[in-house]
Amino acid sequence: MQILNQFKMELPAKSANESFARVAVAAFIAQLDPTVEEISDIKTAVSEAVTNCIVHAYKEKMGYIYITVRMLAGGRISVKIKDKGCGIPDIKQAMEPLYTTAGGERAGLGFAVMQSFTDKLTVRSAVGKGTTVLFHKQIRSRQ
Amino acid sequence: MQCKIDVTGNMVTAFLDGEIDHHTAKDLREQIDLAIEQHMPANLMLDFRNVTFMDSSGIGLVMGRYRNMQQFGGKVHILNPSPSIKKVLRLAGMDRLAAIENN
Ligand SMILES: Nc1ncnc2c1ncn2[C@@H]1O[C@H](COP(=O)(O)OP(=O)(O)OP(=O)(O)O)[C@@H](O)[C@H]1O
Ligand SMILES: [Mg+2]
Repeated sequence: MQILNQFKMELPAKSANESFARVAVAAFIAQLDPTVEEISDIKTAVSEAVTNCIVHAYKEKMGYIYITVRMLAGGRISVKIKDKGCGIPDIKQAMEPLYTTAGGERAGLGFAVMQSFTDKLTVRSAVGKGTTVLFHKQIRSRQ
Repeated sequence: MQCKIDVTGNMVTAFLDGEIDHHTAKDLREQIDLAIEQHMPANLMLDFRNVTFMDSSGIGLVMGRYRNMQQFGGKVHILNPSPSIKKVLRLAGMDRLAAIENN
């Protein structure tokens, strides 16, 4: 897999950084000349994954969120969002639409949004170690 | 985040503004719920015309207000969402809970 360009950042899991994280990723991929819809899809997926780190992974203890964005051959991008938080005991269940452990104000649709707005989504997790969400998206406006 | 709230007759309109995410949803929720509690309107209008971004935290915001309004038989209307906001609302099936309208 050829990496044409890459961007990494780490941020403390503070809700004020949700907006910065998605805008930073969007600014990096702007060089591929994505459509408005592609940018919006990517920002939304990033926002979901970053918010999950803040709301779920680091609910008990503060920690960092690690983001890697890669530009691959043919206008494909990959985005990896990783935390060292509590982990997910049952990934399949967690990814089911409307499943949430937060209750009340959360819809339980974050993973469903990520899945629908990206081309491929992979989730790896270990309880007590953390979670990694990786997604790919083809930027089609590129010639 | 501040949001302007108008009350006319049996209708409360909340003019949402900017980006709705986990960080901003809490303030919006508190302001809208206060207005619902005070006025018990027949209709809650959530005007999205100035909303530039929304993720599932926004879905949670709409769903929660829908539940609150349902308690006394009130209805929720979603006004003027942009195409990207509409995409998120549709995915969540919000168009089945609330009327999506343009004005
Ligand atoms: N990074 C993470 N660390 C630990 N648990 C997670 C993480 N991401 C998701 N989860 C778990 O998976 C569940 C489903 O996540 P999802 O994003 O789909 O819904 P939600 O965050 O609960 O609600 P919403 O995203 O709609 O506000 C969460 O409730 C949580 O239990
Ligand atoms: Mg979520």
